[in-house]
Amino acid sequence: MKNKYWGKLLLPAVIMWMMVSCTKDLDRKPYYDVTSASVYEDFNNYKMVLAKIYAGLSTTGQQGPAGNPDVSDIDEGFSNYLRTYWYLQEFPTDEAVIGWNDATLQDLHRMNWTSADAFVKAMYYRIFYQITLCNAFIRETADGKLNERGITGDNAEQARIFRAEARLLRALSYYHALDLFGNIPFVTEDDPIGSYYPTQQTRAEVYNYIETELLELENLLVDPRQNEYARADKAAAWMILAKLYLNAEVYIGQPKYTECITYCNKIIDAGYTLSDEYRKLFLADNHTSPEIIFPIAFDGIKTKTFGGTTFLVHAPVGGTMIPAEFGIGGGWSGLRTTKNIVQLFPDPNGDLDKRGIFWTDGQNLEIEDISAFTDGYPIVKWKNLTADGEPGSDPGKEFPDTDYPLFRLADVYLMYAEAVLRGGSGGNTATALQYINELRTRAYGNASGNITAAGLTLDFILDERARELNWEACRRTDLIRFGKFTGSNYLWPWKGGVKDGRGVEDWRILYPLPASDVTANPNLVQNNSY
Amino acid sequence: MKPKRLLAGIVGLVLMVLILPLPLPAQDRVISGRVINPADGSPVIGATVVPKGSTSGTSTNPEGAFTLRVASGVRTLVVSAVGYIEQEIDITGTNSVSVALAIRTTSLDEVVVIGYGTRRKGDLTGAVTAISAADFNKGPQVTPEQLISGKVAGVQITSNSGAPGAGSRIRIRSGASLNASNDPLIVIDGVPVDNGQIIGVANALSLINPNDIESFNVLKDASATAIYGSRASNGVIIITTRKGVAGRLRLNFMTTAAASAISKKVDVLSAAQYRALVTEAGTPAQKALLGEADTDWQEVIYQTAVSSDNILSITGGIKKLPYRLSLGYMNQNGVLKTDNLQRFSGGLNLHPKFFNNHLTVNVNVKAAYSRSRFADQGAIGSAVFFDPTQPVYSDSAKYSSFGGYFEWLDGSGNPNTLAPRNPLSMLKQRRDIAEVVRSIGNVQLDYKFHFLPDLRANLNIGCDISASHGKITRFPTLAAAWLVGGTTSKYAQERTSKLFDFYFNYTKDIAPINSRIDVTAGYAYQDWIREAPAYPTLNGNGSEVAAGNPTKTQNTLLSYFGRINYSLNDKYLLTATVRRDGSSRFSPDNRWGTFPSAALAWRISREKFMEALDFLSDLKLRIGYGVTGQQDIGEDYPYLARYVLSDSSARYQLGDNYYFTLRPQGYDEQIKWEETQTTNIGVDFGFLNGSISGSIDFYFKKTKDLLAVIPVPAGSNFTNRILTNVGNIENKGIEFSVNATPVQTTHLKWDAGFNITWNKSTITRLSKVPDTTSVGNEVGGIGGGVGNTIQIHSVGYNPYAFYVYQQVYDENGQPLEGLYADRNGDGVLDLLDKYRYKSPEPQVYLGFSSQLSYKQWTMSFTMRAQFGNYLYNNFRSANATYINFRYPGYLLNALTNVLETNFEGSDSRRYWSDYYIENASFLRMDNLNIGYNFGRVHESIGLRVSATVQNVLVITRYSGLDPEIAGGIDNNFYPRPRIFSLTAVLDIF
Repeated sequence: MKNKYWGKLLLPAVIMWMMVSCTKDLDRKPYYDVTSASVYEDFNNYKMVLAKIYAGLSTTGQQGPAGNPDVSDIDEGFSNYLRTYWYLQEFPTDEAVIGWNDATLQDLHRMNWTSADAFVKAMYYRIFYQITLCNAFIRETADGKLNERGITGDNAEQARIFRAEARLLRALSYYHALDLFGNIPFVTEDDPIGSYYPTQQTRAEVYNYIETELLELENLLVDPRQNEYARADKAAAWMILAKLYLNAEVYIGQPKYTECITYCNKIIDAGYTLSDEYRKLFLADNHTSPEIIFPIAFDGIKTKTFGGTTFLVHAPVGGTMIPAEFGIGGGWSGLRTTKNIVQLFPDPNGDLDKRGIFWTDGQNLEIEDISAFTDGYPIVKWKNLTADGEPGSDPGKEFPDTDYPLFRLADVYLMYAEAVLRGGSGGNTATALQYINELRTRAYGNASGNITAAGLTLDFILDERARELNWEACRRTDLIRFGKFTGSNYLWPWKGGVKDGRGVEDWRILYPLPASDVTANPNLVQNNSY
Repeated sequence: MKPKRLLAGIVGLVLMVLILPLPLPAQDRVISGRVINPADGSPVIGATVVPKGSTSGTSTNPEGAFTLRVASGVRTLVVSAVGYIEQEIDITGTNSVSVALAIRTTSLDEVVVIGYGTRRKGDLTGAVTAISAADFNKGPQVTPEQLISGKVAGVQITSNSGAPGAGSRIRIRSGASLNASNDPLIVIDGVPVDNGQIIGVANALSLINPNDIESFNVLKDASATAIYGSRASNGVIIITTRKGVAGRLRLNFMTTAAASAISKKVDVLSAAQYRALVTEAGTPAQKALLGEADTDWQEVIYQTAVSSDNILSITGGIKKLPYRLSLGYMNQNGVLKTDNLQRFSGGLNLHPKFFNNHLTVNVNVKAAYSRSRFADQGAIGSAVFFDPTQPVYSDSAKYSSFGGYFEWLDGSGNPNTLAPRNPLSMLKQRRDIAEVVRSIGNVQLDYKFHFLPDLRANLNIGCDISASHGKITRFPTLAAAWLVGGTTSKYAQERTSKLFDFYFNYTKDIAPINSRIDVTAGYAYQDWIREAPAYPTLNGNGSEVAAGNPTKTQNTLLSYFGRINYSLNDKYLLTATVRRDGSSRFSPDNRWGTFPSAALAWRISREKFMEALDFLSDLKLRIGYGVTGQQDIGEDYPYLARYVLSDSSARYQLGDNYYFTLRPQGYDEQIKWEETQTTNIGVDFGFLNGSISGSIDFYFKKTKDLLAVIPVPAGSNFTNRILTNVGNIENKGIEFSVNATPVQTTHLKWDAGFNITWNKSTITRLSKVPDTTSVGNEVGGIGGGVGNTIQIHSVGYNPYAFYVYQQVYDENGQPLEGLYADRNGDGVLDLLDKYRYKSPEPQVYLGFSSQLSYKQWTMSFTMRAQFGNYLYNNFRSANATYINFRYPGYLLNALTNVLETNFEGSDSRRYWSDYYIENASFLRMDNLNIGYNFGRVHESIGLRVSATVQNVLVITRYSGLDPEIAGGIDNNFYPRPRIFSLTAVLDIF
């Protein structure tokens, strides 16, 4: 029988062939993802990686609005960079209360957050995620690497500008870390990716690093107003410098008001102008505003997130408010403000000062119960409508087109005035008064709200900042600079979790490092008293 | 669809009607004979003698003699007795027989399928439990794993929900991992199958027809599983399907009709109670929201669901080719309206032999097609807290744009974004229909060498392929999709697994030294590809409301394995195995792992000094140790630095363009296997010729290099948490099982099985640096707020321990709202006062099954119990407070528990009150079955009928719907129905 040998011969042959050919099958590569080794070979990818760094402030992951998050362990929408930054800057202040029960949210009002706090953790990891992204991009776009990969000429020039912008975004995140956490782990493009423990730097060391970086970047970035929309230019670097110097007494115990004025002047001289109407800064077409120095961009179809302006537009809508008037399908019934802010304005309806428009119908000014949406007035400035009243692009009316004006000229005017009042040189009171009255004239529609030189005091500045920049994530830093954040010399409803407010420990001007990182990284020393 | 659905049932019915009235054959004859023990010629008393295919017969008298009247067509008698092997006697042409029954050396001669080979049960050295078809749970089982639920010590099978075809969480000796898979490896006819999520079907295993299964073998300890190396840490379940039997054509047709209904509803306030409550305590605005209706929303969404299952199998041989073909059609409705699963399945087995039986070929092809309609399970929760004073439908014009369903609207007539949606509308106005085809097939060639018959070569080539596609349509009138004018989205997936394995086996009896050796050495290659295209979600106008990205990933496992069995004097047994696995999931430096094991067994009962103990038929001591691995980590490229593209809705604007973004992924270059070391000590015993048998096992499992998701030092990676090898976990336990036949007479037989397991799992390390400050990793998301969790992994505790505040009670035992113990005594109530309280894992679980037969009747049941398992009653913590009627613009119903606690609900810390952690110990009767065997209703047709109740009863103190919820969080649980079914089986010879 011929086929008697079939089994004997064919089988071993097949087997030998299989065994030999298969070991290399263990080198499986992704089908769609690009390996790091090849991503920087193609210059077209550079801008996509840079776009990711910018998007790190805006979106929460690779799937919009949620589904493939950058950081985990906390709800993706909540942990949005801008949204958490906004939370930490607003909730422990007189500007905002929110009725929800999410995770440790109410602890931010109570000012008894711990190192296990979900939102503190989210902000911290978002910041360091952003810094790590920047470091990798900065490392991969060094001149030597560009040469190696044959990226030359115009492409190399572009890459250098991209690199400067990544450095700026890193400085921005380090600035946030400095302001919120103080003493933090420190990593640059010289640190690898992998298992190691970053070392900790003090607040002063971080301050020096940011300052040095920005001063260098001043020369590398594109001139003010010359870059593409939503990309950072020199003015963005000046803005961070101005904020750094304005708060230098808090950060390093030294006054730097003169330097603050220097950089405010540079920005003002760059040709930015105020939006003709205050309301236009917070609408779906605010990308046309001449006032915005650096925005965080959102889009109803192409840049979707549950954080950012999606949160800001939805969260204060509830009660008798009509969602369509905000360009959305329905509100989230959460966010209001305290009477301290309402009372900074002559009336709550914006009849005189158009910056002070609150929803009062069906609402109580006094807050008896934080969880009741009807206690406290919502501020109605964030909308998904254009200046002409048209809703944004999302057919589902869920995700706004409204960009977030992270840096805008009005803030520069206020910083200038404050630095002058605090004794900085290079500016003067008359100019300060002029800037302030420009803001007030816009707010009132005429000069009736203008102040005199006598009215231009530091206390006035703090109030004016709340009038101009309410719900723009400045309040905590401002209150700290004015010594009113902790202690009991300034109280607001529910400060420290008590209806009429209570004094709060001074060490709460810094947030704790998350316990998870103190555990993961033995180099870290927790902030005092946490 | 309807006529088609009924067709199979009707065919069955018609057959039965045709057959039943047929008169029994008239011409009988009388057979007489004697049954003896071959060893000493002594009579076998009480042996059962029945005509084949019948159940009524006779038994032998004290002389071993019998006489039996049989129909003329009967050609074969079946003789059986306790302690002897059943024997068939040909009575063609004779009326007198003498039968020498062979002694059954208990069940130890049974052959058990183990990895890459078989072993006699008596020769096993590891902890292996074999369950054959006769012992399976009765009643219509949609998924295979339910066949053995409660039957095996150390194995917990918890169905995930009451949905048609829902999967189960299978745990063998508790999970060995935290973040890697804890599912056992499932091998069907030699093909390790893909147990991952197949899109478009509730459960991948539901595509295997349980009726095609002949046996389950559960390999529990490392000495048994280590031959599967890196996939063996959670145990191995080997499923063998039925094979063709040579001989005449035989048909078997089984039809089942079942009705299922929920047995319990969540205790919510009635419309009258709710109305009274809001009227008394509500504001005018809240009162104004009350409706006029009286709706029991749970009644509205559930139904009594009918289902049917029909299976036809054909076995026989065409010349020398034995075959078995089975065809099945199942149609199951869910108790949740609109839920439906239809499954067509087919199985073909051929196993011819060639060259004087030197080459055995075994071909298996199993294929299934399923069509599912998935109900929106969100309706379950919605029905619990939807206002009972509102109607289901309303004629009011403002609801006409929502299909006439009542909905909560805001002032402008839009659906209120925060309110729940009408539960019935959620079901009726959404269609999610998916079709899946899955095929598992293999060809196995086993060749005994002509020149050396002790040497075998075995080649196995197999595949496991599935393709799914589905479409979700949300009607324009569905409130949730109303703003966008309805949506449609599609999804699809393909999964392909290819298998090639090959081994040599050499078995030799070496008589001079009373030894037998059995050596196996082989090679295996398996490759998996998962692929899903991207489809956008489109709204009513066809514009895109959500985008997606396609995915395709692949991994490959390559292995060498070997095993030596050595047996001396049939008393001393040694097994040693080794497997070396290479996985594409790890970097070249870490990709190879070696997994050895060794086990010794001593058959004490074979020793001379034991001979005096007649009653002891078997006593064996087993000791085994082995190392197994785990690489099923849910990611295929965790070690590779790579960049992932965003989808089109996560682009970012730079200038006038929106750029897709490229994100570097977090990665751990050093990631490698998880390693579990298992020590097992066991004793097998048998008494009275095996009529009582059982085993007791002690195990200790220690997993090191645990794959856990832990925080990375900020700034050191492109993520804040990464899956990496860190930490240790320990499991220890005791298993005891016993099977007995306490009664066996001519007409009456009772088989009973009992098993009990005690298990304890402890996390012993959870970070790279020794750590005393960290509370642990919080897990277990709950309903209520967003991003809230209730469980924690921490060192020194059970995984998934509940992490809660200690509720303070008044002197009457009433919980005091907002008051919790300041456990650390610092005067402040904060997160530091939380403590770890109980866990969802039972300390002890047990199973009891019983099968009683009397003449033609059988009655069987299976019961299970668990003790020490706790549940978080999330329905209560979220919906048993008065805050439920204080939301803006809508009302929520509350659980009746609110009347006991009087909780206002303004303090959100109640979510973490230990008041809601409830003892969920239970005793459950899984099924109760009564059957009657008509025997031959016609010359060549046998008929059996049975009635089954599944999920018969549950005894528990747990206050929610069901005390058995995998994961420990009771929220939105799809209730397990009680199922009543009737089955008829026709055997056609």
